[in-house]
Order: sequence, then C-alpha cells, then structure tokens
Amino acid sequence: MPGIRADYMGMALSIDDLDGENLAYFKHCSQHDFHLQKCDDCSLLRYPPNTGCPWCGGAKATWTKVEGKGEVHSYEEVHHAIQPAFKGHTPYMVLLVDLDTQKGKPSEVEALRVVANLTTADGVLAPPEVVKTVGIGTRVRMVFADVTDGLSLPQWTIDETAKQPAKPWRYAQE
Amino acid sequence: MPLPADTDASIPKYLRDKYAIVGVGETPYTRGSGKTTRAMGSFAVRAAMADAGLKNTEIDGMLSYQSGDSTFAPMVAGDLGIRLNFYMDVFGGGSSTEALVGIAIGVIEAGLCKTVAIFRSMNGFSQVRIGGTGARAAAPVNGDQLHARAYGWQSAGQMFSPTFMRHMYDYGTTPEQVATVKVIHSEHASNNPKAYYKKRFTVDEVLSSRIICKPLHLLDCCVETDNATCFIVTRAEHARDLRHTPALIRGVVGRCNKPRMDMHYQHGPISTVAGHYGKNILWPNAGVGPEDIDLTGAYDAFTFTTMLQLEDYGFCKKGEGGHYVSDGTMRLGGKRPNNTSGGHLCEGYTHGMNMVIENVRQLRHDVDDSCPIGPDGKRQHTYDYSEGGCRQVKNAEVTANLGWAMPGTGSAMVMRRG
Repeated sequence: MPGIRADYMGMALSIDDLDGENLAYFKHCSQHDFHLQKCDDCSLLRYPPNTGCPWCGGAKATWTKVEGKGEVHSYEEVHHAIQPAFKGHTPYMVLLVDLDTQKGKPSEVEALRVVANLTTADGVLAPPEVVKTVGIGTRVRMVFADVTDGLSLPQWTIDETAKQPAKPWRYAQE
Repeated sequence: MPLPADTDASIPKYLRDKYAIVGVGETPYTRGSGKTTRAMGSFAVRAAMADAGLKNTEIDGMLSYQSGDSTFAPMVAGDLGIRLNFYMDVFGGGSSTEALVGIAIGVIEAGLCKTVAIFRSMNGFSQVRIGGTGARAAAPVNGDQLHARAYGWQSAGQMFSPTFMRHMYDYGTTPEQVATVKVIHSEHASNNPKAYYKKRFTVDEVLSSRIICKPLHLLDCCVETDNATCFIVTRAEHARDLRHTPALIRGVVGRCNKPRMDMHYQHGPISTVAGHYGKNILWPNAGVGPEDIDLTGAYDAFTFTTMLQLEDYGFCKKGEGGHYVSDGTMRLGGKRPNNTSGGHLCEGYTHGMNMVIENVRQLRHDVDDSCPIGPDGKRQHTYDYSEGGCRQVKNAEVTANLGWAMPGTGSAMVMRRG
C-alpha cells in the first residue's frame, strides 16, 4: 500500500493509495504550485478536492493552476489547543480566505474559501506578535509547509507586496 | 382504492398533531457516571416508560444516535425485556433529536411499529469527550481531514468559530450581547435541581473567563457531562390514555442543510445558518410562526448557536440576534424564555435531548423545579423566578426546539400542549 504516511509537527498524516484526488492535490502543493479541480462541464473551480462538481454534478475535472492570493474572510485564534501537536504553539490562527480567483462566482455569496493557518513566509506557524496584526480584510498569499515527498500543506502568510487595509477587523476583546 | 377526500398525503402537514411525546426520562447529569452507556441508556428508557405509564410490551420501536461513543438499541431493549418490531442506531450528534422524531413518526405511519423510544446515552465527560479532547484529538489525520485537522481545526468550537466571528463583523454583534445567553441560561439552571451547574453568572464573568478559541471564552462553551436521555413517541389517540398531558408534535425539520454540505463555508453569507432553510419547512408544517411560540429550546452548544438559530428561524430580523438574546425576551418571565432547564451550557450536554424533554415538561405545566408538590401530584408553581425558585412558564401552550449540528446543518420541532 504505497499512499503517503508522514509526520508533521508530531502529527501522523496519511493519504491512502485509493485517494486519487487528495494525492493529486497535495502532489501539486509539494511542487509549491497550487492547483484546483476545474469542472470539464461547467468550468467552475472548486475547493476542497473531491470527486464531483458541487454545482453541476459533473464527474470529470482537470487540475488547473490557481494563484494563491486572497483576503481573510473570517478567522479564529486558538488559545486552548486540543491536539497535542498544537499545544506548544498557542495562540495560533485558522484563516478562512477568499481567493481572488472566482470570487463572487457562481453567485455573489460564493468564493473559493481556503482554510489554513497564519504562518511566516517559510510556512511555520506565526508568532503571537504577528497573529495580533491579522484580521478580516488582511491580504494574504499562499506558501507551503513541506511535509514529505508528495505532501506539502498550503498555508497563508501576510502578503508584503499587497495594499493592506489601514486596520483589519479584529474581535473587540484583545 | 382512492384515498379519503379529506386526506392529502402529498403534504406533510396532514400529520400535524397526530403524534405526541408521552414519556420523558433521564439519568442524573454527572461528570463520572461510573456506569456504561448501556446501563445509562437502559436507565433512561426505563424512566421514560415509567413516566408515560407504558409497559415494556408496549414499546416496539427504538431509535438512538451516536458517533461511535455509545451502546446500541438492541442492548438496551434486551435489558428492558422489549421485543422490537423496528430499531435503528443512527450516526450523528446534535440535530439528530428532532430528526429522529420525524423518523419515528414516519415508521409508525408506515406501519412498522406503534410506539418508539428515542434515546441518547453518552459518557461525554468521562469516556469520549464531547469537546474533542483526549484520544480523538491525538488520532492520525487521514485524507480529507488534511484540509482541517492538519491545521488544528478540529473541535466543534474550532470548526464553528469562523461563523461566529463573521457574524460580529457583518452585524456588529458584541461580546456582551452573546455572553448574555450564558447569563440567562445560568439563571434558569439555578432553578433546576438537576442542572450540573447551578451557579448564576454575570456578563463580566463570562467575558473574563479564559479564551478557548477566539471569539469563544470558556463560559461561552457548554458543559461536558455523562448522561442518558429518552423520550417516547406514539400516536396522539394512544397518548390520551397515558399518564400525562401529551406534547403534540406540530411539525418537524430533520437535518436540513445550507448549500455545499461538503464544506459549507464555500457558500455565504457564512454568518447565516441552516435555520434559514429550515424555517421554510418548520413553520408551514407546524401551521404557526415565531410569534405564536411561548418558549424556545435553541441549542446552546455555544452561546452563539442559540443566537444564530433564533435569528435564522425568524424570531428577530437577520442581524438582530445580539439584541434579541440580550433584551430580556429569553429570560424566565420574559416574552419567550429559551432553554428553561439551563440547556447545554448549564444543565448538561445531551446533543439536544434535554431541551426537548424540558419543553415536554413545560407543556405539561409540571416542570421539575423546587415548587411544592400538591395533593394532585403536580407542582404548585409560584412563578417566582428568583434563584432557587420556579421555572415553569405560565400558560405554556406552544414550543419550538431548534437543533444544531453545525452552521450548515440543523433540525427543529414545534410541539403544543395536548
């Protein structure tokens, strides 16, 4: 059973050899190249990887390169980690990011919303002083945390080259 | 053979008031039950049968739900001397409660059985922690989970928080408004001798409790407990021969969803939850609207879940949930009290069952507070809602339960006093 088995931050990660969609997705990520499935019938991109088009039900799709840039749509800050791997890394941030690509399609309330942590530019969980600077509206770009051959995790880091909001929206209580 | 002219079986509302909840029962709400889920499940079903005045030979259907953390219906039936004509153990947690009522009505209507006991048994503190800590948190991360758990995005609070945060952004909902849900439910719990937490809390105490996952403080999160709960569904005409005033079922919504059930955050507004869709089933089926409801049981896995559901089922305008939950409406003595038992935040965590049980007791006008029991065996309610006092809602006639699985999935039920 080849598949992939690896360790990330002390967590056991695996992808079964039958799981062609996740193997393909993370293979692209391991080449630091973000690809999503594009439906052969309706031409819409989708996230996360799956086995059919969530809009038209089409079975066939083509992996398509997508720019890893976007804006924080919502976030959370985990101060009490429950997974052992994250216990030494609080507070850490989980970001829900609207990709610029296909935003507002197929309807105005939809976007490719990609989940990942806030990290430094080299894909390591961001330190508390950086966590404090990010909120809804922050512009981010995708980086990759390498895990093993064929598996890197997409992550988000602050986009240094983008025009940032004067003050991103953050929860009232710091 | 044509159907009788007065029966339009193509619409669900023809079952309105035809079924009832006739018995309720539960174990104590504890941390450290010292019992198996089988022993607790049997205890709760036995208690509900006794409450209804039903013998074991009169129960012939059983439904339960769980997520690999509990016993199965055949074990509990065996312990009670019940021979089942129908049973099903369903996979799932929150929002299963009301959905299983719908299934029970369906299988009785289809002639599979006559009377169904629905139970949920869980050592949610001492065995499989509902907060997701312990063995589940350390389990290997495989396949599709790489898009969530690999990012430390796993527990219920973690999975729901983007919805909660965005609601504050979209509508200016404040931490103080949301904290009031805990304050009110804790007041209710202080009048519930069964509640695990009976202490009354203030908004300041909620906001100064430690942050778990921003925007959630410790006291925004429900209590994890060990318990089993049960209620019994049967036909209304049978209900009238039993011990208590029946709680007639007006209408049910079962695990209704937002679009993109595979990953609901793909479809916005993410501050809108499944109730937005469920309300279009609930109110027409029940033949009433939010304004007709005397008290609610809006699932409080977190303070936010109560607010989001009340808002999306139409108890206030979209975006005004923060105001609704903090203006006194939901308090005992207010216009429409919510979770009068203290709910998941204070009484105990049951995946929705205790909120239905509470509303059944409210509709009987015999909620189990500390008021004295009169010569007729019923409590003589004082309607004094001060600490340690009454929690019966005066003249409770119609209730709504709003069950939550996650932002994208929910169930609901309207009941009325029979």
